[in-house]
Amino acid sequence: MSVAEEKVKKYGGFNLHTVKTEKFKTNNIVVKWKAPITEETATLRALLPHVMQNSSNKYPNTASLRSYLEELYGATFFIDLSKKGDYQIISFSLEIANEKFLSDPDPLLKKGVDFLAEILFNPHADGKSFAEKIVEDEKRALKQRIQSIYDDKMRYANFRLVEEMFKGEPYALGVNGIAEKVDAISAEGLYQYYEKSLKEDQIDVFVVGDIDEEEIASYISTKLPFEERTAAAHTRAVHKEVKEKEVKEKEVKEVQDVKQGKLHIGYRTNVLYGDEDYFALQIFNGIYGGFSHSKLFLNVREKESLAYYAASRIESHKGLLMVLSGIDQQNYEKAVSIIKEQLELMKKGDFTEDEIMQTKAVTHNQMLETLDTARGMIEVFYHNAVSGVDVDMSQWLQSISKVTKEEIQTVANKIELDTIYFLSGSEGNN
Amino acid sequence: MEKISFEQLQEELYFEELDNGLKVYILPKKGFNKTFCTFTTNYGSIDNMFVPLNETQYKKVPDGIAHFLEHKLFEKKDRDVFQEFSKNGASANAFTSFTRTAYLFSSTQNVENNLETLIDFVQDPYFSEKTVEKEKGIIGQEITMYDDNPDWRLYFGLIENMYENHPVKIDIAGTVESISHITKDLLYECYDTFYHPSNMLLFIVGPVDPKEYMESIKGNQQKKDYTKKSEIKRKFEEEPQEVHKKKQVLAMNVQTSKCLVGIKALDTEQQGAEMLKNELCINTLLDMIFSNSSENYQHLFSDGLIDDTFSYDYTQEKGFGFAMIGGDTSKPDELADRIQKILLEAKSTAIQGETLERTKKKRIGTFLRAVNSPEYIANQFTRYSFNDMNLFDVVSTIEQITVEDIQAAAERFIDEDRMTVCQVVPKA
Repeated sequence: MSVAEEKVKKYGGFNLHTVKTEKFKTNNIVVKWKAPITEETATLRALLPHVMQNSSNKYPNTASLRSYLEELYGATFFIDLSKKGDYQIISFSLEIANEKFLSDPDPLLKKGVDFLAEILFNPHADGKSFAEKIVEDEKRALKQRIQSIYDDKMRYANFRLVEEMFKGEPYALGVNGIAEKVDAISAEGLYQYYEKSLKEDQIDVFVVGDIDEEEIASYISTKLPFEERTAAAHTRAVHKEVKEKEVKEKEVKEVQDVKQGKLHIGYRTNVLYGDEDYFALQIFNGIYGGFSHSKLFLNVREKESLAYYAASRIESHKGLLMVLSGIDQQNYEKAVSIIKEQLELMKKGDFTEDEIMQTKAVTHNQMLETLDTARGMIEVFYHNAVSGVDVDMSQWLQSISKVTKEEIQTVANKIELDTIYFLSGSEGNN
Repeated sequence: MEKISFEQLQEELYFEELDNGLKVYILPKKGFNKTFCTFTTNYGSIDNMFVPLNETQYKKVPDGIAHFLEHKLFEKKDRDVFQEFSKNGASANAFTSFTRTAYLFSSTQNVENNLETLIDFVQDPYFSEKTVEKEKGIIGQEITMYDDNPDWRLYFGLIENMYENHPVKIDIAGTVESISHITKDLLYECYDTFYHPSNMLLFIVGPVDPKEYMESIKGNQQKKDYTKKSEIKRKFEEEPQEVHKKKQVLAMNVQTSKCLVGIKALDTEQQGAEMLKNELCINTLLDMIFSNSSENYQHLFSDGLIDDTFSYDYTQEKGFGFAMIGGDTSKPDELADRIQKILLEAKSTAIQGETLERTKKKRIGTFLRAVNSPEYIANQFTRYSFNDMNLFDVVSTIEQITVEDIQAAAERFIDEDRMTVCQVVPKA
């Protein structure tokens, strides 16, 4: 079975990751900018890529820039923001057709690299400031984006849980920054932040497709001249602090005009990506609430029919386990007690070898499926870049298969309930 | 077994219609880890009035029953289907749309076992009063979840505006009230009518040997006793051409307003190549008017009327179809007016050949990207096939689109009487 293989090489200020594969009819290039999330910079960082993505000096407006991408056989280019542990990550992603499937032999991948270079190094600016009007338009859109979390109750409940669990820590910040800080951003201030990020962020460039790895590497290294980084590389130390934090069981209830209650429970796992028992945590999560054969799915949904969804998931770089379920508010106590009880059973080792086998099989499958998409591959490999550890895919799969029942039970016993958050339609549990 | 080659795409598709009428398609994908299979019946939420198997009179069934049936097929007397799949490392799922119900799994190992599980569980229903009652709680929560979702409410609000009689206006899951009328006997009646192999399609995409798989599917089907079946009779009430309502405003617990403009489709009796061309022409037209490379988009954005949630789409099925354009906005009325004005102007504006060529390139690239995805191929191929179209004709059909085609599509499709507006606004 083919497991994806990644080559990593350092060029000046960035690491280039290439994966050669014939699976796809397109080529993907993703450039990731990583920096710690902080109250001062989160909003600037959330605005920056939006300003950069729709114009540049060569393509001064959306219409000219997007028309050019259409000429490149509808290359898709988009940005997104994500949070991994205490870092806020900007991704610039370009996907472009592989010309071997077209009647037109234009070398599209190189044109794609040129385009990205234009976006990253030649933004729509005069050397001191971004174009004023564009920044103002994007500030309006950013405020709307921050506000829209409120309208998606599942996302809102997630955001609120994290906010409550990590009060006063950078991790509590939303990936889109802080609404109140948007107005104060100036086109010049944003440009200064751009220059700083360009110099200091940890940069990773991924190329996945049917490529000539050496050729594309040498092309990219000349086209993307990121300077050598001087700031100390961010280490896992940022994560370690979390482990010593005291955990107290907290209950937060919020009332809004909603029909369905959103129950989100946060736990601290005390295990991070790269730790020895990380693989046991993966299997733990699968048995507890990760899949449709899991304890939460069976007990909250199938047995008691309290919910349509009842699941758990882990944040690998922050040591966070989240349980989420949509329930009638009158069933709050019942749902919470089932969710707690199922965790207690895991801690006592009340799960079978069959459940372990099953979960290993599905986890193995899930990873291989993730590697069947270019974006999935990139996200998997980026875990290593973020945490500064190096786990290759065959190692990953092997480690999953070796996890024992004792290890799962041990990891279960490290898990501590932190906060129960409940968003419901009216006061109390009536 | 028939082999169809698509040279430019470097793909090969294998096909056979079995004795019992089941259509089986296999698309080998080298280099992929996973195999993805869908087993789909040509039966969805709109099929709510039909002549049940072995009967003569039309019968109307409760709203949401196709979706309910989809949930219940997973439960068996002595086993849980999800468990069976996960023991073999597969993840299984299902979905119900307006016109289809699909059961699916993906897996990277034990694929033949999983395929057998898929076919067997769909072909072996077990409904009991007790499990039917239990499911009402679960689906009730699914419905409540969607009730709180402003985008879903906006989408269905717009369809309700367009359609007066057609069941496309009914939420796929029904309502808590409508599903309360579902019984095990009604489920069997729907099952027997719509789950005959001759109304179904099996699609397999992944690193598989087509011959081997086709043989094993045949072996599986030969063991089962399916008698020849007469054609399914469905009935839909007459639907006027114009929209049912011009506007609807939903006040919800949101902070940002949303606005969609809809156009109700004509020519929804089309099937096959004609339908494919019409659907692609209208989508190309919308691209030319509203894509983020258009002047219109740029103006709407810089005038503060849209953000990056702005989108548009056209979809057509037998009996209904619609375009939808819009997104989040702080000025829902102004946006509604502007979109309608832009559409009406586009009707009388000459189509630019250069813009069309660029848009065609983009749509071809988009299609190449889409066929990286086994899920897209299986789901879309099935949808196309149920409408007598071939997914792999998309690129050649796009290549043939002319300025005249787009002009004609604009003139026929855009019409003020078939436009409608739905908005979600914050509660006062």
